Amino acid sequence: MSSETNQNSKTEAEKKKVEMLLFLSSSEEKEHFLSKANRKILKDPLNDNNPITVQVLGICSALAITVQLKPAIVMSLAVVFVMAFSNVIISLLRNSIPSRIRIIVQLVVVAAMVILVDQILKAYAFDVSKQLSIFIGLIITNCIIMGRLEAFALGNGVYKSFLDGIGNAAGYGLILIVIAFFRELFGSGKLLGYEVLGHKGVTLAESTGLYGLGYEDNGFFLLSPMALIVVGIIIWVQRSGNRKLIEEN
Amino acid sequence: MDKNSNSYTFIFAIIMVVVVAVTLSFTATTLGPLQKENVRKEKMQNILSTIGIETSRENAEELFNKYITQQISLNSKGEEKEGVNAFDVKLSKELSKPEEEQSFPIYVANYEGSEFYIAPLRGNGLWDAIWGYIALKEDANTVQGVVFDHKGETAGLGAEITTDWFQQSFVDEKVFNGQGELVGVSVKKGYSGGNNKDDNQVDSISGATITSDGVSIMIEKRLKNYLPFLKKRQNIKVAIR
Repeated sequence: MSSETNQNSKTEAEKKKVEMLLFLSSSEEKEHFLSKANRKILKDPLNDNNPITVQVLGICSALAITVQLKPAIVMSLAVVFVMAFSNVIISLLRNSIPSRIRIIVQLVVVAAMVILVDQILKAYAFDVSKQLSIFIGLIITNCIIMGRLEAFALGNGVYKSFLDGIGNAAGYGLILIVIAFFRELFGSGKLLGYEVLGHKGVTLAESTGLYGLGYEDNGFFLLSPMALIVVGIIIWVQRSGNRKLIEEN
Repeated sequence: MDKNSNSYTFIFAIIMVVVVAVTLSFTATTLGPLQKENVRKEKMQNILSTIGIETSRENAEELFNKYITQQISLNSKGEEKEGVNAFDVKLSKELSKPEEEQSFPIYVANYEGSEFYIAPLRGNGLWDAIWGYIALKEDANTVQGVVFDHKGETAGLGAEITTDWFQQSFVDEKVFNGQGELVGVSVKKGYSGGNNKDDNQVDSISGATITSDGVSIMIEKRLKNYLPFLKKRQNIKVAIR
Protein backbone atom coordinates (compact mmCIF):
# COMPACT_ATOMS: atom_id res chain seq x y z
CA MET A 1 0.00 0.00 0.00
CA SER A 2 2.70 2.40 1.01
CA SER A 3 4.73 1.57 -2.05
CA GLU A 4 1.65 2.33 -4.19
CA THR A 5 1.18 5.78 -2.63
CA ASN A 6 4.85 6.32 -3.08
CA GLN A 7 4.59 5.51 -6.77
CA ASN A 8 1.54 7.73 -7.15
CA SER A 9 3.28 10.69 -5.60
CA LYS A 10 6.30 9.97 -7.76
CA THR A 11 4.23 10.10 -10.95
CA GLU A 12 2.51 13.26 -9.68
CA ALA A 13 5.90 14.84 -9.17
CA GLU A 14 7.01 13.80 -12.63
CA LYS A 15 3.86 15.22 -14.16
CA LYS A 16 4.46 18.52 -12.41
CA LYS A 17 8.04 18.53 -13.60
CA VAL A 18 6.95 18.00 -17.20
CA GLU A 19 4.32 20.74 -16.90
CA MET A 20 6.93 23.06 -15.45
CA LEU A 21 9.30 22.32 -18.28
CA LEU A 22 6.57 22.90 -20.85
CA PHE A 23 5.62 26.17 -19.19
CA LEU A 24 9.24 27.28 -19.10
CA SER A 25 9.83 26.43 -22.73
CA SER A 26 6.64 28.16 -23.87
CA SER A 27 7.32 31.28 -21.80
CA GLU A 28 10.87 31.34 -23.15
CA GLU A 29 9.57 31.25 -26.71
CA LYS A 30 7.15 34.02 -25.98
CA GLU A 31 10.07 36.20 -24.93
CA HIS A 32 12.20 35.69 -28.00
CA PHE A 33 10.62 36.10 -31.39
CA LEU A 34 13.54 34.32 -32.97
CA SER A 35 14.24 31.76 -30.29
CA LYS A 36 16.14 28.60 -31.16
CA ALA A 37 12.94 26.64 -31.83
CA ASN A 38 11.52 29.36 -34.06
CA ARG A 39 14.77 29.68 -35.99
CA LYS A 40 14.66 25.94 -36.55
CA ILE A 41 11.11 26.17 -37.94
CA LEU A 42 12.29 28.85 -40.36
CA LYS A 43 15.63 27.30 -41.34
CA ASP A 44 14.92 23.58 -41.47
CA PRO A 45 12.93 23.61 -44.72
CA LEU A 46 15.79 25.39 -46.48
CA ASN A 47 18.11 22.44 -46.14
CA ASP A 48 17.54 19.55 -43.72
CA ASN A 49 13.84 19.24 -44.42
CA ASN A 50 13.53 20.84 -47.84
CA PRO A 51 10.08 20.21 -49.33
CA ILE A 52 11.44 19.45 -52.80
CA THR A 53 14.74 17.69 -52.29
CA VAL A 54 14.03 15.87 -49.01
CA GLN A 55 10.27 15.41 -48.92
CA VAL A 56 10.06 15.24 -52.74
CA LEU A 57 6.87 17.33 -52.90
CA GLY A 58 5.96 20.07 -55.37
CA ILE A 59 7.99 18.46 -58.16
CA CYS A 60 5.34 19.17 -60.81
CA SER A 61 5.66 22.93 -60.63
CA ALA A 62 9.43 22.63 -60.34
CA LEU A 63 9.39 21.00 -63.78
CA ALA A 64 6.88 23.33 -65.33
CA ILE A 65 7.99 26.85 -64.56
CA THR A 66 11.76 26.72 -64.35
CA VAL A 67 12.60 27.36 -68.00
CA GLN A 68 13.33 30.98 -67.13
CA LEU A 69 14.45 32.67 -63.94
CA LYS A 70 11.81 35.38 -63.86
CA PRO A 71 8.69 33.20 -63.64
CA ALA A 72 10.48 31.01 -61.11
CA ILE A 73 11.13 34.02 -58.87
CA VAL A 74 7.57 35.30 -59.22
CA MET A 75 6.16 31.83 -58.55
CA SER A 76 8.33 31.58 -55.42
CA LEU A 77 7.11 34.94 -54.15
CA ALA A 78 3.51 33.95 -54.87
CA VAL A 79 3.94 30.69 -52.98
CA VAL A 80 5.60 32.50 -50.02
CA PHE A 81 2.60 34.82 -49.85
CA VAL A 82 -0.02 32.09 -50.23
CA MET A 83 1.65 29.66 -47.85
CA ALA A 84 2.45 32.17 -45.09
CA PHE A 85 -1.01 33.68 -45.01
CA SER A 86 -2.96 30.43 -45.43
CA ASN A 87 -0.94 29.02 -42.53
CA VAL A 88 -1.76 32.10 -40.43
CA ILE A 89 -5.47 31.94 -41.24
CA ILE A 90 -5.76 28.21 -40.58
CA SER A 91 -3.78 28.62 -37.36
CA LEU A 92 -6.09 31.43 -36.22
CA LEU A 93 -9.13 29.29 -36.93
CA ARG A 94 -7.63 26.04 -35.69
CA ASN A 95 -9.71 25.88 -32.51
CA SER A 96 -12.98 26.62 -34.26
CA ILE A 97 -12.70 24.59 -37.47
CA PRO A 98 -15.07 21.60 -37.32
CA SER A 99 -12.82 18.61 -37.87
CA ARG A 100 -15.22 17.01 -40.33
CA ILE A 101 -14.81 19.80 -42.88
CA ARG A 102 -11.24 20.85 -42.12
CA ILE A 103 -9.82 19.82 -45.52
CA ILE A 104 -12.57 21.79 -47.29
CA VAL A 105 -11.80 24.81 -45.11
CA GLN A 106 -8.11 24.51 -45.94
CA LEU A 107 -8.88 24.29 -49.66
CA VAL A 108 -11.17 27.33 -49.53
CA VAL A 109 -8.53 29.38 -47.74
CA VAL A 110 -5.77 28.39 -50.17
CA ALA A 111 -8.01 28.93 -53.19
CA ALA A 112 -9.01 32.39 -51.95
CA MET A 113 -5.36 33.33 -51.42
CA VAL A 114 -4.43 32.07 -54.87
CA ILE A 115 -7.22 34.05 -56.52
CA LEU A 116 -6.06 37.15 -54.63
CA VAL A 117 -2.49 36.69 -55.91
CA ASP A 118 -3.75 36.09 -59.45
CA GLN A 119 -5.88 39.25 -59.37
CA ILE A 120 -3.01 41.35 -58.04
CA LEU A 121 -0.61 40.01 -60.69
CA LYS A 122 -3.15 40.68 -63.44
CA ALA A 123 -3.38 44.29 -62.31
CA TYR A 124 0.25 45.07 -61.53
CA ALA A 125 2.39 42.49 -63.39
CA PHE A 126 0.37 41.66 -66.46
CA ASP A 127 3.17 40.02 -68.50
CA VAL A 128 4.13 37.76 -65.66
CA SER A 129 0.50 36.88 -64.98
CA LYS A 130 0.06 35.84 -68.60
CA GLN A 131 3.02 33.50 -68.35
CA LEU A 132 2.02 32.17 -64.97
CA SER A 133 -1.76 32.14 -65.06
CA ILE A 134 -2.03 28.35 -65.40
CA PHE A 135 0.57 27.70 -62.72
CA ILE A 136 -0.82 30.23 -60.24
CA GLY A 137 -4.03 28.24 -60.41
CA LEU A 138 -1.98 25.13 -59.77
CA ILE A 139 -0.77 26.52 -56.43
CA ILE A 140 -4.16 25.38 -55.09
CA THR A 141 -3.12 21.81 -55.64
CA ASN A 142 0.48 22.30 -54.52
CA CYS A 143 1.01 19.40 -52.17
CA ILE A 144 3.44 21.35 -49.98
CA ILE A 145 0.79 23.88 -48.99
CA MET A 146 -1.90 21.37 -48.06
CA GLY A 147 0.74 19.36 -46.23
CA ARG A 148 1.86 22.29 -44.10
CA LEU A 149 -1.71 23.33 -43.27
CA GLU A 150 -2.65 19.84 -42.20
CA ALA A 151 0.60 18.95 -40.45
CA PHE A 152 1.59 22.24 -38.87
CA ALA A 153 -0.92 25.09 -38.88
CA LEU A 154 -3.76 22.99 -37.46
CA GLY A 155 -1.72 22.26 -34.35
CA ASN A 156 0.48 25.29 -33.79
CA GLY A 157 0.28 28.96 -32.87
CA VAL A 158 -0.08 31.82 -35.34
CA TYR A 159 3.47 33.11 -35.24
CA LYS A 160 5.04 29.66 -35.56
CA SER A 161 2.71 28.80 -38.43
CA PHE A 162 3.68 32.02 -40.17
CA LEU A 163 7.38 31.13 -39.83
CA ASP A 164 6.70 27.58 -40.99
CA GLY A 165 4.90 28.90 -44.08
CA ILE A 166 7.68 31.32 -44.95
CA GLY A 167 10.35 28.68 -44.32
CA ASN A 168 8.77 25.98 -46.44
CA ALA A 169 7.88 28.33 -49.28
CA ALA A 170 11.42 29.72 -49.20
CA GLY A 171 12.86 26.20 -49.29
CA TYR A 172 10.66 25.45 -52.29
CA GLY A 173 11.50 28.77 -53.97
CA LEU A 174 15.22 28.30 -53.38
CA ILE A 175 15.28 25.03 -55.30
CA LEU A 176 13.05 26.51 -58.03
CA ILE A 177 15.42 29.43 -58.52
CA VAL A 178 18.52 27.20 -58.59
CA ILE A 179 16.94 24.96 -61.25
CA ALA A 180 15.75 27.95 -63.28
CA PHE A 181 19.24 29.52 -63.08
CA PHE A 182 20.88 26.51 -64.74
CA ARG A 183 18.09 25.94 -67.24
CA GLU A 184 17.97 29.53 -68.48
CA LEU A 185 21.78 29.85 -68.52
CA PHE A 186 22.51 26.67 -70.49
CA GLY A 187 19.24 26.53 -72.40
CA SER A 188 19.13 30.05 -73.77
CA GLY A 189 22.40 31.66 -72.63
CA LYS A 190 20.53 34.29 -70.67
CA LEU A 191 19.75 35.19 -67.07
CA LEU A 192 16.58 37.17 -66.36
CA GLY A 193 16.53 37.88 -70.08
CA TYR A 194 20.06 39.38 -70.22
CA GLU A 195 22.50 37.75 -72.62
CA VAL A 196 25.24 36.71 -70.20
CA LEU A 197 27.05 34.29 -72.50
CA GLY A 198 27.38 36.82 -75.31
CA HIS A 199 25.19 37.62 -78.29
CA LYS A 200 24.04 34.90 -80.65
CA GLY A 201 24.34 36.16 -84.24
CA VAL A 202 23.15 34.47 -87.39
CA THR A 203 26.72 33.58 -88.41
CA LEU A 204 29.72 32.78 -86.21
CA ALA A 205 31.38 36.05 -87.21
CA GLU A 206 28.42 38.09 -85.98
CA SER A 207 28.35 36.32 -82.62
CA THR A 208 30.13 37.58 -79.53
CA GLY A 209 31.19 36.07 -76.22
CA LEU A 210 31.02 32.29 -75.89
CA TYR A 211 28.89 32.07 -79.03
CA GLY A 212 31.77 33.66 -80.93
CA LEU A 213 33.93 30.74 -79.82
CA GLY A 214 31.45 28.28 -81.27
CA TYR A 215 29.29 27.55 -78.19
CA GLU A 216 25.70 26.57 -78.88
CA ASP A 217 22.70 26.57 -76.53
CA ASN A 218 21.78 23.22 -75.06
CA GLY A 219 18.12 22.93 -76.06
CA PHE A 220 17.67 19.92 -73.78
CA PHE A 221 17.75 22.27 -70.81
CA LEU A 222 14.52 23.87 -72.03
CA LEU A 223 12.65 20.57 -71.85
CA SER A 224 11.03 19.27 -68.66
CA PRO A 225 13.17 16.11 -68.29
CA MET A 226 16.22 18.30 -67.73
CA ALA A 227 14.48 19.93 -64.74
CA LEU A 228 14.12 16.49 -63.22
CA ILE A 229 17.79 15.74 -63.87
CA VAL A 230 18.80 19.05 -62.27
CA VAL A 231 16.62 18.22 -59.23
CA GLY A 232 18.44 14.88 -59.05
CA ILE A 233 21.84 16.58 -59.18
CA ILE A 234 20.79 19.02 -56.44
CA ILE A 235 19.63 16.12 -54.24
CA TRP A 236 22.95 14.36 -54.86
CA VAL A 237 25.03 17.44 -54.02
CA GLN A 238 22.89 18.18 -50.94
CA ARG A 239 23.14 14.65 -49.57
CA SER A 240 26.86 14.37 -50.12
CA GLY A 241 27.34 17.54 -48.08
CA ASN A 242 24.71 16.83 -45.41
CA ARG A 243 25.41 13.49 -43.71
CA LYS A 244 22.12 13.66 -41.76
CA LEU A 245 20.13 13.04 -44.93
CA ILE A 246 21.91 9.84 -45.89
CA GLU A 247 19.74 6.82 -45.18
CA GLU A 248 21.30 3.95 -43.26
CA ASN A 249 20.57 1.07 -45.60
CA MET B 1 -21.62 24.82 -28.74
CA ASP B 2 -20.43 21.39 -29.77
CA LYS B 3 -17.83 21.82 -32.49
CA ASN B 4 -18.76 18.58 -34.15
CA SER B 5 -22.49 19.14 -34.27
CA ASN B 6 -24.20 19.53 -37.62
CA SER B 7 -25.50 23.02 -36.88
CA TYR B 8 -22.04 24.30 -35.90
CA THR B 9 -20.55 22.84 -39.07
CA PHE B 10 -23.23 24.47 -41.21
CA ILE B 11 -22.90 27.87 -39.55
CA PHE B 12 -19.11 27.74 -39.85
CA ALA B 13 -19.30 26.85 -43.54
CA ILE B 14 -21.81 29.62 -44.29
CA ILE B 15 -19.80 32.31 -42.49
CA MET B 16 -16.61 31.18 -44.20
CA VAL B 17 -18.15 31.27 -47.66
CA VAL B 18 -19.63 34.74 -47.09
CA VAL B 19 -16.34 36.18 -45.81
CA VAL B 20 -14.34 34.70 -48.69
CA ALA B 21 -16.89 35.85 -51.27
CA VAL B 22 -16.94 39.42 -49.94
CA THR B 23 -13.12 39.62 -49.85
CA LEU B 24 -12.72 38.30 -53.37
CA SER B 25 -15.43 40.43 -54.91
CA PHE B 26 -14.01 43.51 -53.24
CA THR B 27 -10.56 42.78 -54.73
CA ALA B 28 -11.96 42.01 -58.16
CA THR B 29 -13.97 45.25 -58.24
CA THR B 30 -11.09 47.40 -57.01
CA LEU B 31 -8.50 45.95 -59.39
CA GLY B 32 -10.93 45.54 -62.31
CA PRO B 33 -10.23 48.86 -64.06
CA LEU B 34 -6.44 48.32 -63.93
CA GLN B 35 -6.81 44.82 -65.35
CA LYS B 36 -9.11 46.00 -68.15
CA GLU B 37 -6.62 48.71 -69.05
CA ASN B 38 -3.84 46.10 -69.32
CA VAL B 39 -5.97 43.94 -71.61
CA ARG B 40 -6.87 46.95 -73.79
CA LYS B 41 -3.23 48.00 -74.19
CA GLU B 42 -2.18 44.45 -74.94
CA LYS B 43 -4.76 44.37 -77.73
CA MET B 44 -3.23 47.56 -79.16
CA GLN B 45 0.26 46.06 -78.88
CA ASN B 46 -0.88 42.92 -80.73
CA ILE B 47 -2.56 44.89 -83.51
CA LEU B 48 0.52 47.08 -83.95
CA SER B 49 2.93 44.16 -83.93
CA THR B 50 1.23 42.55 -86.96
CA ILE B 51 2.46 45.45 -89.09
CA GLY B 52 5.90 45.38 -87.51
CA ILE B 53 5.64 47.98 -84.76
CA GLU B 54 6.93 46.63 -81.45
CA THR B 55 5.97 48.85 -78.56
CA SER B 56 5.91 48.90 -74.80
CA ARG B 57 2.61 48.89 -72.95
CA GLU B 58 3.04 52.57 -72.00
CA ASN B 59 3.46 53.74 -75.61
CA ALA B 60 0.85 51.43 -77.09
CA GLU B 61 -2.04 53.89 -77.01
CA GLU B 62 -0.08 56.78 -78.48
CA LEU B 63 1.29 54.72 -81.39
CA PHE B 64 -2.08 53.03 -81.94
CA ASN B 65 -3.79 56.39 -82.37
CA LYS B 66 -0.98 57.54 -84.64
CA TYR B 67 -0.86 54.63 -87.08
CA ILE B 68 -4.37 53.15 -87.01
CA THR B 69 -6.30 55.49 -89.22
CA GLN B 70 -9.67 53.73 -89.42
CA GLN B 71 -11.57 51.28 -87.24
CA ILE B 72 -14.49 49.82 -89.14
CA SER B 73 -17.20 47.39 -88.08
CA LEU B 74 -18.66 45.24 -90.82
CA ASN B 75 -21.76 43.08 -90.80
CA SER B 76 -21.73 39.47 -91.99
CA LYS B 77 -22.23 40.63 -95.61
CA GLY B 78 -19.21 42.89 -95.42
CA GLU B 79 -21.13 46.16 -95.30
CA GLU B 80 -20.12 48.89 -92.89
CA LYS B 81 -22.11 49.06 -89.68
CA GLU B 82 -22.89 52.41 -88.12
CA GLY B 83 -22.67 53.07 -84.40
CA VAL B 84 -20.54 50.06 -83.44
CA ASN B 85 -17.14 50.78 -81.94
CA ALA B 86 -14.82 48.33 -83.68
CA PHE B 87 -12.27 48.27 -80.88
CA ASP B 88 -14.87 47.22 -78.30
CA VAL B 89 -16.20 44.34 -80.38
CA LYS B 90 -15.32 40.98 -78.86
CA LEU B 91 -15.17 38.33 -81.53
CA SER B 92 -15.81 35.54 -79.03
CA LYS B 93 -19.18 37.12 -78.17
CA GLU B 94 -20.02 38.06 -81.75
CA LEU B 95 -19.62 34.52 -83.02
CA SER B 96 -22.21 33.25 -80.58
CA LYS B 97 -24.85 35.71 -81.85
CA PRO B 98 -27.22 35.07 -84.79
CA GLU B 99 -25.43 35.74 -88.08
CA GLU B 100 -27.32 38.92 -89.02
CA GLU B 101 -26.39 40.57 -85.73
CA GLN B 102 -22.67 39.80 -85.86
CA SER B 103 -20.10 42.56 -86.23
CA PHE B 104 -16.62 42.07 -87.61
CA PRO B 105 -14.04 44.72 -86.81
CA ILE B 106 -11.25 45.63 -89.18
CA TYR B 107 -8.46 48.14 -88.65
CA VAL B 108 -6.85 50.18 -91.39
CA ALA B 109 -3.30 51.23 -90.61
CA ASN B 110 -1.07 53.71 -92.35
CA TYR B 111 2.58 53.05 -91.63
CA GLU B 112 5.63 54.23 -93.56
CA GLY B 113 3.51 55.32 -96.51
CA SER B 114 1.66 52.01 -96.98
CA GLU B 115 -1.82 50.97 -96.03
CA PHE B 116 -2.53 47.75 -94.12
CA TYR B 117 -5.74 45.92 -93.21
CA ILE B 118 -5.73 44.15 -89.87
CA ALA B 119 -8.43 41.62 -88.99
CA PRO B 120 -8.91 39.81 -85.69
CA LEU B 121 -9.10 36.01 -85.75
CA ARG B 122 -10.66 33.46 -83.46
CA GLY B 123 -10.90 29.70 -83.69
CA ASN B 124 -10.37 26.43 -81.88
CA GLY B 125 -7.12 24.70 -81.03
CA LEU B 126 -6.77 21.25 -79.55
CA TRP B 127 -7.80 22.07 -75.99
CA ASP B 128 -9.36 25.49 -76.07
CA ALA B 129 -9.77 28.71 -78.02
CA ILE B 130 -7.00 30.22 -80.14
CA TRP B 131 -7.05 33.76 -81.43
CA GLY B 132 -4.89 36.40 -83.06
CA TYR B 133 -4.63 39.09 -85.72
CA ILE B 134 -3.65 39.01 -89.37
CA ALA B 135 -2.40 42.06 -91.27
CA LEU B 136 -2.73 42.21 -95.06
CA LYS B 137 -0.72 44.55 -97.27
CA GLU B 138 -2.18 47.20 -99.55
CA ASP B 139 -3.12 44.61 -102.21
CA ALA B 140 -5.48 43.05 -99.62
CA ASN B 141 -3.87 39.71 -100.44
CA THR B 142 -0.28 39.46 -99.16
CA VAL B 143 0.24 38.83 -95.44
CA GLN B 144 2.26 41.51 -93.70
CA GLY B 145 2.32 39.73 -90.34
CA VAL B 146 0.35 37.62 -87.89
CA VAL B 147 0.04 37.26 -84.13
CA PHE B 148 -1.41 34.16 -82.50
CA ASP B 149 -2.27 33.41 -78.92
CA HIS B 150 -3.98 30.55 -77.13
CA LYS B 151 -5.63 29.63 -73.89
CA GLY B 152 -4.50 26.15 -73.12
CA GLU B 153 -2.43 24.55 -75.89
CA THR B 154 0.36 22.18 -74.89
CA ALA B 155 3.65 23.90 -74.16
CA GLY B 156 6.27 22.91 -76.73
CA LEU B 157 3.62 21.62 -79.17
CA GLY B 158 0.43 23.60 -79.85
CA ALA B 159 1.68 26.52 -77.80
CA GLU B 160 4.42 26.98 -80.42
CA ILE B 161 1.91 29.00 -82.49
CA THR B 162 2.91 31.99 -80.36
CA THR B 163 6.58 31.70 -81.32
CA ASP B 164 8.37 33.96 -83.74
CA TRP B 165 9.56 31.28 -86.17
CA PHE B 166 6.02 30.03 -86.76
CA GLN B 167 4.50 33.49 -87.12
CA GLN B 168 7.36 34.61 -89.38
CA SER B 169 6.59 31.81 -91.84
CA PHE B 170 3.27 33.53 -92.68
CA VAL B 171 4.94 36.76 -93.81
CA ASP B 172 4.44 37.41 -97.56
CA GLU B 173 2.12 34.41 -98.00
CA LYS B 174 -0.99 35.11 -100.10
CA VAL B 175 -4.56 34.59 -98.86
CA PHE B 176 -6.11 34.43 -102.38
CA ASN B 177 -5.12 31.63 -104.76
CA GLY B 178 -4.24 32.03 -108.43
CA GLN B 179 -7.92 31.89 -109.43
CA GLY B 180 -8.78 34.77 -107.14
CA GLU B 181 -10.54 32.62 -104.54
CA LEU B 182 -10.08 33.34 -100.87
CA VAL B 183 -8.36 30.27 -99.41
CA GLY B 184 -6.39 31.75 -96.50
CA VAL B 185 -3.05 30.27 -95.49
CA SER B 186 -3.15 26.61 -94.62
CA VAL B 187 -0.72 25.09 -92.17
CA LYS B 188 0.40 21.94 -93.97
CA LYS B 189 1.75 18.82 -92.30
CA GLY B 190 4.84 17.58 -94.14
CA TYR B 191 5.13 20.76 -96.18
CA SER B 192 7.85 20.58 -98.79
CA GLY B 193 7.40 23.93 -100.49
CA GLY B 194 10.43 25.53 -98.84
CA ASN B 195 10.19 29.27 -99.07
CA ASN B 196 7.47 29.35 -101.72
CA LYS B 197 5.17 32.29 -100.95
CA ASP B 198 2.57 31.68 -103.67
CA ASP B 199 1.16 28.30 -102.62
CA ASN B 200 -1.03 29.57 -99.72
CA GLN B 201 0.74 27.09 -97.44
CA VAL B 202 3.23 27.11 -94.58
CA ASP B 203 4.92 24.29 -92.67
CA SER B 204 3.12 22.98 -89.59
CA ILE B 205 4.43 22.32 -86.09
CA SER B 206 5.48 18.70 -85.58
CA GLY B 207 3.23 16.99 -83.08
CA ALA B 208 0.60 19.71 -83.16
CA THR B 209 -1.54 18.74 -86.14
CA ILE B 210 -4.89 19.64 -84.57
CA THR B 211 -3.73 23.08 -83.42
CA SER B 212 -2.14 23.67 -86.85
CA ASP B 213 -5.39 22.71 -88.58
CA GLY B 214 -7.18 25.03 -86.14
CA VAL B 215 -5.00 27.90 -87.34
CA SER B 216 -5.72 27.15 -91.03
CA ILE B 217 -9.47 26.93 -90.46
CA MET B 218 -9.46 30.05 -88.30
CA ILE B 219 -7.73 32.18 -90.96
CA GLU B 220 -9.93 31.00 -93.83
CA LYS B 221 -13.19 31.17 -91.92
CA ARG B 222 -12.62 34.59 -90.39
CA LEU B 223 -11.29 36.21 -93.58
CA LYS B 224 -14.39 35.00 -95.44
CA ASN B 225 -16.35 37.56 -93.38
CA TYR B 226 -14.20 40.29 -94.88
CA LEU B 227 -14.36 39.04 -98.47
CA PRO B 228 -16.53 41.89 -99.88
CA PHE B 229 -14.36 44.44 -98.02
CA LEU B 230 -11.11 42.92 -99.34
CA LYS B 231 -12.47 42.59 -102.90
CA LYS B 232 -13.52 46.23 -102.81
CA ARG B 233 -10.06 47.29 -101.67
CA GLN B 234 -8.45 45.21 -104.42
CA ASN B 235 -10.70 46.82 -107.05
CA ILE B 236 -9.90 50.27 -105.74
CA LYS B 237 -6.20 49.50 -106.03
CA VAL B 238 -6.64 48.20 -109.60
CA ALA B 239 -8.66 51.26 -110.55
CA ILE B 240 -6.01 53.63 -109.20
CA ARG B 241 -3.25 51.87 -111.08
